[in-house]
Amino acid sequence: MRVPRSLISGAMLSLLVTAGALVSFVWTPYDIEVLDVAGKLRAPSAAHWLGTDHFGRDILSMIMMGARTSIAVALLAVGIGMALGVPLGLWAAARRGSLLDEVIMRGNDLVFAFPSLVIAILITAVFGASAVNAIVAIGIFNIPVFARLTRGAALSLWERDFVLAARVAGKSAFRISWEHILPNLTNLLIVQGTIQFSLGILAEAALSYIGLGAQPPVASWGRMLADAQTLVSIAPHVALVPGLTIVLTVLGLNLMGDGLRDLLDPRIRVARS
Amino acid sequence: MIRYVLARFASLILSLIVASLVIFTVIEIIPGDPAAFMLGVNARPDTIAALRTEMGLDASVPARYLSWVTGMVQGDFGQSYTYRTPVAGMIADRVWVSLPLAVYALILSTLIAFPAGIYAASRRGRPGDMAVMGATQLGVAIPNFWFAMLLVLVFAINLRWFSAGGFPGWDRGVWGGVKALTLPAIALALPQAAILARVMRSSLLDMLGEDFVRTARAKGLSRRQALWRHALRNAMIPVLTIIGLQFSFLLAGGIIIEQVFFLPGLGRLIFQAISARDLIVVESVVMLLVFAVIVVNFAVDLAYALVDPRLRVKG
Amino acid sequence: MTLLSVTALDLAIHGTPILSGVGLDVAPGESVAITGESGSGKSLTALAIMGLLPGGARTKGRIALNGQDILTTPEADLCDLRGREMGMVFQEPMTALNPVQTIGQQVAETILIHEQTSTAQARDRAREVLARVGLPEDRFPLTRYPHELSGGQRQRVVIAMAIALRPKLLIADEPTTALDVTTQAQVLDLLKGLVAEFGMGLLMITHDLAVVNGMADRIVVMQKGQVVETGPTQALMERRVHPYTRALFAASAHKVDLPPAPAPVPLLEVRNVVRSYALPRRRLFGPRPRARAVDGVSFDLFRGERLGLVGESGCGKSTLTRAILGLEEVQEGGILLDGAPVFTGHKPNLAVRRRMQVVFQDPYGSFNPRHRVDRLITEPFHLLKSPPQGAARTRAIAAALEAVGLTASDATKYIHEFSGGQRQRIAIARALIIEPDLIVFDEAVSALDVSVRAQVLDLLADLCRVRPLSYLFISHDLSVVRSVTDRVMVMQSGKIVEQGPTEQVFAAPQHAYTRTLLAAAPRLPDGLERTHHGS
Repeated sequence: MRVPRSLISGAMLSLLVTAGALVSFVWTPYDIEVLDVAGKLRAPSAAHWLGTDHFGRDILSMIMMGARTSIAVALLAVGIGMALGVPLGLWAAARRGSLLDEVIMRGNDLVFAFPSLVIAILITAVFGASAVNAIVAIGIFNIPVFARLTRGAALSLWERDFVLAARVAGKSAFRISWEHILPNLTNLLIVQGTIQFSLGILAEAALSYIGLGAQPPVASWGRMLADAQTLVSIAPHVALVPGLTIVLTVLGLNLMGDGLRDLLDPRIRVARS
Repeated sequence: MIRYVLARFASLILSLIVASLVIFTVIEIIPGDPAAFMLGVNARPDTIAALRTEMGLDASVPARYLSWVTGMVQGDFGQSYTYRTPVAGMIADRVWVSLPLAVYALILSTLIAFPAGIYAASRRGRPGDMAVMGATQLGVAIPNFWFAMLLVLVFAINLRWFSAGGFPGWDRGVWGGVKALTLPAIALALPQAAILARVMRSSLLDMLGEDFVRTARAKGLSRRQALWRHALRNAMIPVLTIIGLQFSFLLAGGIIIEQVFFLPGLGRLIFQAISARDLIVVESVVMLLVFAVIVVNFAVDLAYALVDPRLRVKG
Repeated sequence: MTLLSVTALDLAIHGTPILSGVGLDVAPGESVAITGESGSGKSLTALAIMGLLPGGARTKGRIALNGQDILTTPEADLCDLRGREMGMVFQEPMTALNPVQTIGQQVAETILIHEQTSTAQARDRAREVLARVGLPEDRFPLTRYPHELSGGQRQRVVIAMAIALRPKLLIADEPTTALDVTTQAQVLDLLKGLVAEFGMGLLMITHDLAVVNGMADRIVVMQKGQVVETGPTQALMERRVHPYTRALFAASAHKVDLPPAPAPVPLLEVRNVVRSYALPRRRLFGPRPRARAVDGVSFDLFRGERLGLVGESGCGKSTLTRAILGLEEVQEGGILLDGAPVFTGHKPNLAVRRRMQVVFQDPYGSFNPRHRVDRLITEPFHLLKSPPQGAARTRAIAAALEAVGLTASDATKYIHEFSGGQRQRIAIARALIIEPDLIVFDEAVSALDVSVRAQVLDLLADLCRVRPLSYLFISHDLSVVRSVTDRVMVMQSGKIVEQGPTEQVFAAPQHAYTRTLLAAAPRLPDGLERTHHGS
């Protein structure tokens, strides 16, 4: 099997960012909790590869710590989406046409009417802002994405003769979903999971930008951008670096997702919204 | 057809009801005592009691829900605790910034995405297609608020073609308002256009591989004629779904973009309300946003029936 | 001058050679059939003639339509030729029409593309053409959409689009393969009539030799991208020179040697079964209308008997099959296997199901692509109270595979490593492994090539010799049913209209529908069936 180029470049970018996040647990070039106001807004140099921000903090270190937040939030949100969405989708497909199927579908549509930002607003209004809220808000929105995708793919699999053969063998719908349907969905789920992960990174950045996500002193790329907003004309690097990091990370993940799809099964269609 | 419309309408009403129940539960039930929540830990008991009476919190839960819903239907969204003015009035002012922004962005997004997607599909595999795919791959990865900052840097601060923020109001002429909304709309539209272009392209490519396009070619239609007259209309069907979904993202994204451009829209209202713990305002704005999305989806469903005759017969 | 002359045509797609040295001629007004099995390159030859080859195709040679070489004509001129000088009808009518345009628009488009007429005039001509193909306006207004028409009707629309401008050459690629026997006969008659009336040359691609016999003046036999034999139909039917042609004809006329049927003891009893579906509501109140897919069917299947069930699509045979297997509940009546009911209460009786198994039609869809053959074959073990484990299981798998002509080592392979015919063998192994009393073959050979089909049917006969096998063989293909069954039932619109010993029903049908069915079925020349022993 030829490995697509997009997969290689995408994987490399994604791994670079992940490496940065992991390394930050043991070491960062500077400690971001130490402020050095005198050395603020320095341009990139040998001492600070990406420069310093308005509090004198090393931007590279902030980026590495921020990577932790983004990856953790996006990953957990995808986890929630899959853990709840996939079983719902399988269940709905196994009981197609029934009231349960209708209810699950309507439920999906309903959640789609609440963009993750709106959910985050609701949660924050009542519980206050935090990274956990971001995870829950993005995760809740992921559930119908996976449910709808799973249900659609499962429905077409239920029509196949090999499922009929399993029914003739007396297997229950639950067993069929587990033995026959789910294994044939893994390719689709891997690719969609990668895409949702990249969307999660964007969503987390947006939420932290407006202050509804991780709160200080937890670093996050979105908030770096919020802080940099008024300084854009004075010290552009403070705004450019976090933004470019987000772009490269999301780009890397998307390329990886496309590459995975080409590798695993070029015929599967992904939902991108 | 009538049956289809009625069924969709019933679905619309049901969605609105359930959505309102969810919002009501989160805002008024979960915090326990909304009045105490809004006033904070240090409030005196008699202040809390007064607010409770004012908000009608002593009534039963179903009664409170019903009075909220009937109020909204009549245009009464209650009174903001922080500002002591009717919420409806506050929302009305802001909506006239947020809604035009979303519509403007939707129009821009469609205007960019459709030609790009069609062009890419018709040049599949060739440099033109690669270029579009590359550009969209990048566009999808850009956070819209960061792009907004870049736009401000280039067009407002350096080139001075636009102001860096603010909104002059519609009463001083439509053009002034549109100009103020242009950079924000572009920032919102571009990432969405990238997504839409990809969907358009892949939907069209799917259609181009269908049997009926081959039949059209066998009749003597050129590749281009087959694309425009046969493939395109069929390709619109999935694209319509995406446009409907995009509207909700544009509304939500608009709220974020407003921060970059200091626009007096629903975004600012909601964030102030959150910090001030003004639950009534939050409740109303969220309900309004969800309402807009559900209505737009209904419109998309109707559009389906126009485009796809198979839906009209099933009823 | 010959209408169409293909000379030394080579075709490669992305480097893979597909056609090699293909040559054929069609004279004006002549009907030529290209026949061969799947993978022989017939369809690609047709696409090459139309200039509709996919990207990545490289051709050599010459395709002359009225002297003009298609392979060197620029695309814009080819667009001019298509629809006007040559038309094409494809295999799958259900997807050949644009679902969002009316049939009137689509037929009129052929005219509007090539001629300078007004929309109204094109519409009038479209009306005439549609009437000519059997879709008169009073019953089929021009504003109909494709989804409102049946498969046969849609195919007529496709034909109308292809002949609207009276092209000199009509190419038909398996135009009736996806249609019922009776509809097939009608469409073939229509094609014959049009060809005669318009003086068109017809190039027809089909794998069904019986169809060729009825339609073509000359035959071109293709195998693996090459032409192996050509000649006038009658002569070729009587004398086949090339070994492949002989094998092809032999397989088509193949008669299976069944061992005699044992004495009748009822095994499966079906009594007054009714299976109905609720239809969408017409009015808001009142009971929902119901459609009866199976309408009062009764029959017996005796132990050791091979019973056939024929009928066209929509007659209810699939529904009946699912009811017999206990996959669907029936509204009235009962089904018993050896006295035990298939359904008890609302639940299927798995002890009874254990004694029935099924082989499906689609060799590519009947198996989970992620499982290995040993796991696939032992799926029915789920029905056993104590399925064999360990060594006993391995032995059972090996025995089942060997019984169908495969080897024990095939058990560890994945299904994609097998061809269509081999997969059906594996499907039969899966059906046999728990030694059921009754096997249902649901169109089990319909998707196979003729030669492979003959092999699988022979396998069935051999299995009958080795063990007492009772089966219900369902098919729309009359000639196949005729060769593998002792008794046959004919089904129409949910009812059994005739049943009796196979030869008797085929030779002297009693019911009008059976007669129509038999008359519509294209047939090979009688001599063929007798002489195959000699060749």
